Amino acid sequence: MISIIIDATIRAGTSILYATLGEIIIERSGIINLGIEGLMLIGALSGFYTTYTTGSLFLGVISAVLIAGIAGLIHGILCTYFKGNQIVSGLALTMFGIGITAVLGKKMVGQTIEGFKRIEIPFLSKIPVIGNSIFNQDILVYLSIVLVFVITFVLYKTVWGLNLRTVGENPYAADVAGINVTAYKLWATFIGSGLAGLGGAYLSLAYTPLWIENMSAGRGWIAVALVIFASWSCKRALFGAYFFGGISAIQLRLQAMGTTISAHILQMLPYIFTIVVLIIATIKLEKGYSSQPESLGLVYDREDRK
Amino acid sequence: MSSCILKIENITKSFAGFIANKNVNLEIFEGEIHTILGENGAGKSTLMNILTGLYRPDSGNIYINGTRVNIKSPKDALNYKIGMVHQHFMLVNNISVFENLLLSMKLDSFVINERKLKSKVKEILREFELDIDIEMPVWKLSIGQQQWVELIKLLIRDSKILILDEPTAVLTPQESEFLFTFLTKLKSQNKAIIFISHKMKEVMTLSDKVTILKKGETVKTLNRGEFDEQLLAELMISNKEHLKLEKSAKVFSKQILKIKNLNVKNDKGLSDLSDFSLELFEGEILGIAGITGNGQKALAEVLTGLKKPLSGQIIVNDQDITYSTSKSKYISGIAHIPEDRKTMGIAPDLSVDENLILKNYSSDKFTNFFFLNKEKIKQNAREQIEKYSIKMGYDGIPVRLLSGGNIQKVIIARELSENPLILVALYPTRGLDVGSAEYVHQVILDSREKGMSTILISEDLDELLKISDRIAVMFRGKNMGYLSPESATKTEIGLLMSGKK
Amino acid sequence: MKFKVLKKPPVQGYKSFLTTLFSVIIALLISGAFLMLVDVNPISAYKDMLIESLGSFYGLTETLVKTTPLILCGLGVAVAFRMQLWNIGAEGQLYMGAFGASLVALHLNVESHFVMITLMFLSSIFFGGLWALIPGALKAIYNVNETIVTLLMNYIAILWVDFLVYGAWKDPKGFNFPLSAEFSSAARLSEYFDTRLHTGFFIALVCALIVYLLIEKTIWGYEIKVIGSNSKAAAYAGINIKKNIMLVMFISGALSAIAGFSELAGVQHRLQHAISPGYGYTAIIIAWLAKRSALGVVLVSFLMGVLFVGGDSMQIYYQLPVAMVSVFQGLILFSLIVAEFFKEHKIIMVKQQ
Repeated sequence: MISIIIDATIRAGTSILYATLGEIIIERSGIINLGIEGLMLIGALSGFYTTYTTGSLFLGVISAVLIAGIAGLIHGILCTYFKGNQIVSGLALTMFGIGITAVLGKKMVGQTIEGFKRIEIPFLSKIPVIGNSIFNQDILVYLSIVLVFVITFVLYKTVWGLNLRTVGENPYAADVAGINVTAYKLWATFIGSGLAGLGGAYLSLAYTPLWIENMSAGRGWIAVALVIFASWSCKRALFGAYFFGGISAIQLRLQAMGTTISAHILQMLPYIFTIVVLIIATIKLEKGYSSQPESLGLVYDREDRK
Repeated sequence: MSSCILKIENITKSFAGFIANKNVNLEIFEGEIHTILGENGAGKSTLMNILTGLYRPDSGNIYINGTRVNIKSPKDALNYKIGMVHQHFMLVNNISVFENLLLSMKLDSFVINERKLKSKVKEILREFELDIDIEMPVWKLSIGQQQWVELIKLLIRDSKILILDEPTAVLTPQESEFLFTFLTKLKSQNKAIIFISHKMKEVMTLSDKVTILKKGETVKTLNRGEFDEQLLAELMISNKEHLKLEKSAKVFSKQILKIKNLNVKNDKGLSDLSDFSLELFEGEILGIAGITGNGQKALAEVLTGLKKPLSGQIIVNDQDITYSTSKSKYISGIAHIPEDRKTMGIAPDLSVDENLILKNYSSDKFTNFFFLNKEKIKQNAREQIEKYSIKMGYDGIPVRLLSGGNIQKVIIARELSENPLILVALYPTRGLDVGSAEYVHQVILDSREKGMSTILISEDLDELLKISDRIAVMFRGKNMGYLSPESATKTEIGLLMSGKK
Repeated sequence: MKFKVLKKPPVQGYKSFLTTLFSVIIALLISGAFLMLVDVNPISAYKDMLIESLGSFYGLTETLVKTTPLILCGLGVAVAFRMQLWNIGAEGQLYMGAFGASLVALHLNVESHFVMITLMFLSSIFFGGLWALIPGALKAIYNVNETIVTLLMNYIAILWVDFLVYGAWKDPKGFNFPLSAEFSSAARLSEYFDTRLHTGFFIALVCALIVYLLIEKTIWGYEIKVIGSNSKAAAYAGINIKKNIMLVMFISGALSAIAGFSELAGVQHRLQHAISPGYGYTAIIIAWLAKRSALGVVLVSFLMGVLFVGGDSMQIYYQLPVAMVSVFQGLILFSLIVAEFFKEHKIIMVKQQ
């Protein structure tokens, strides 16, 4: 029983984890991307479509990352070169993503593919209770956990990470230090959006190997909220994503057990918990010194200084 | 004979509508301190931003060591060994001093080798005999220390041309002295230093050469020995007609404001004001000197009701108003010229008419029941615009499109329109050209004649000495004592500013 | 040759309107390319859209029927945007308004049409307003990001209505469809000209007028504008920001809630699954395109009404999902951002020296 819930938690949390990691990278560059929901759908459809036509899951993942990354770049370009309002642009990206995947994905509805298989890690998977649920997952789950540590390392221990954080904190300082601010913002948006797309692809290639219209069902928004909860740290994002995975796992489990509580009420739980967590995180944030990137949401214009 | 390291030839730069630099010429040699002198708006900062690659000139040439170069971005400027300490520091507050310094180091590996780099930084600090904790996050440093971090960044980069934009604005006279000694040392290492200032005294002591900019054009370059204060002032100031400020002699007897043991904390839980006390007399201009960040802003905010004190008392005319809101403080006669015109003093997207009623929009004068009386608001605006000769492009123009001086006039017109008892003015002339600044002084002096009291908070000692009746000095949220502008010297004030009695 | 971006004084007046129109056209062109991807001829599709929505009197009234909730939600979002509050929860507020109206219509036995409608109206305002007040209060008191909260609350509101129409409120005679019983005739708004055009449309116009007067002419409107322009200046002027955040969020939610009331009492006559095809999301675009002005909201809502009716026709004639409307909307916003940029910048070509 516990083993089943842990397993379901990890599987439900993984797509949110990818999306949250993506948004962290983007926000570290000073850009808010509210288009995550749309990007997840774009990733889910392109991943599914590619795998359906080529039969290769690997190509499916690659195309999900690339196409979502490129779609995210629209947002990146509008927020840098065109000095657009980041909230409006992000919402536009979500609307576009929801719409375009519904239109182009119509032919894919009802098709099936062979999704990612579980890979058992020798010995570790034999640990009682948790072994089989943690160390018998598909490759994308392992990859997401590896990425948490890789991204943390890159952000804090490498030149690229230092420069990226500087761009997000104080783009003027970055600029006079010879860092190409726009390039960093665009790269961060591309990589982060690609990760969001991978989060979507996890849904359509592993979680439920199907294409369903609007299948991300608000996970993109939960990811955006989790970034604040995680105070822009990848490790806390892992914790947050699994927390939500846990809530949906328990919710699904209750439904499966034939509880009398309405399914609709149970489905509200992840959203309600996200809001509660957001409130707690914000109150904590307001009290201490904020770890929010200082220039988050602001347009950078070299000639537009005080 | 040292060589010409930097030559600027006919640089022109215009922004939408106005020309900031027009055919500017300049030659900088190795091992000299070259001051660029000019009023606010003379084009000093624009020129420096061109040198550091932030702005691209419309036309003109730049030569480094005799070769023509094209500085397209800050990166290019760094490659040509040009470094600058900006007025608004280019530091990342959230990360440590060390990480900030890393930004200016050539890092050849992708992964940061912390131990190796730290020892390298410490070595440089030892070489220049500087002491700073590199593990501290920048936001915990004082402004003076932050400026040193900026300077160290240039040293690490081994910049050959160092630009310092009004570095003494945030320093006490004593700290400035230390900086000057340091600059002289750098000079002896054959570095070229471009020093920007409009403080005549320090220009005189420090400069080997002075180039004067006026309205975006180079007026003249003078060598040491060729200039004196009088000459520089004449060359720098465009409008030679000085407004003669006349101040009547007054005896102050009636105490109008009394602040007793005020304590205020900021968001980070640090004390902004600690046991701060102050007295103000009717019709008096009380100047408050101090380095920015020693509680001046908190004082103004508590006085005008924007912040609540933890303890203490504010008494105006025998009435305790310590905890009244900003609206009722305005009604009880405290007006406020805020520190930052654009971020606090105005609603930038609203018209001049609407901004002129920002403080008293709900007064019967301008309303009928729930509705605003547009006719009367317009009438009020016409009167104020005429009285303070506010210049605006067209009727209904958003205030943000006005010039700094005119925005300040809008604020002053509004704040004085209800004939306040007390005016709290924070840096009211910061960033204004000389003409506008004198106008502001004149308005304050005129109101003094009518019996208004003013608390003038400023970092410009000359300004304070010129118009105050008394000067109080703030240091770390405390009132260090009063001085008389007739007898006090800048050294005395400077000692108090740095906390020495 | 190189490109160089220069700033210029902002474009004003009719030219500004033209850039907006131009961006809509660009969006339609790009959408056309996507239409071709799914083997639809964009020219004939757009022609059909126009004929369907504007080509006949009936079509025009249908467009106005769709325009009605758009105006109301658009006003709601625009009022919040005025204060820089990113309320993107109009969809959920609409659902809660619909819930409030149904609560009265289904459970109160009132004969009088006027009393019934008034009670439904007030109840929808109450629930929709409170629904928006939650994020408003969180924003005012704890500074919680209202964008995320309002958005997440949309999902909750929709699930709440689903909970009712799939459960307790399901019509026993409804063949197990997710819908409530039909409203009594007292709970229905009048229809006109033998079409589906109903009183809700006029309510929407009156709301637009009221919002216009409130914002542009009253003391309170002045406070809202000051806060929206610079909240620090507002605090400096002694304006109570927290109180106004909550008040504005309540009004904003109430306006969207009226849209829910009007949809149910005027068109659908029952609570059911999926009562809105995304009016609340479209409202965000409307408010942005209309530059937050009440009159602008009415005009842009009509334009979006055309898009919705046209979108329906595309579903019927070309088997395209209604989500095609979202594609248009996303693209319109994208091109609008570019257009806004060109209102204040120009690009010139310079010869490399």
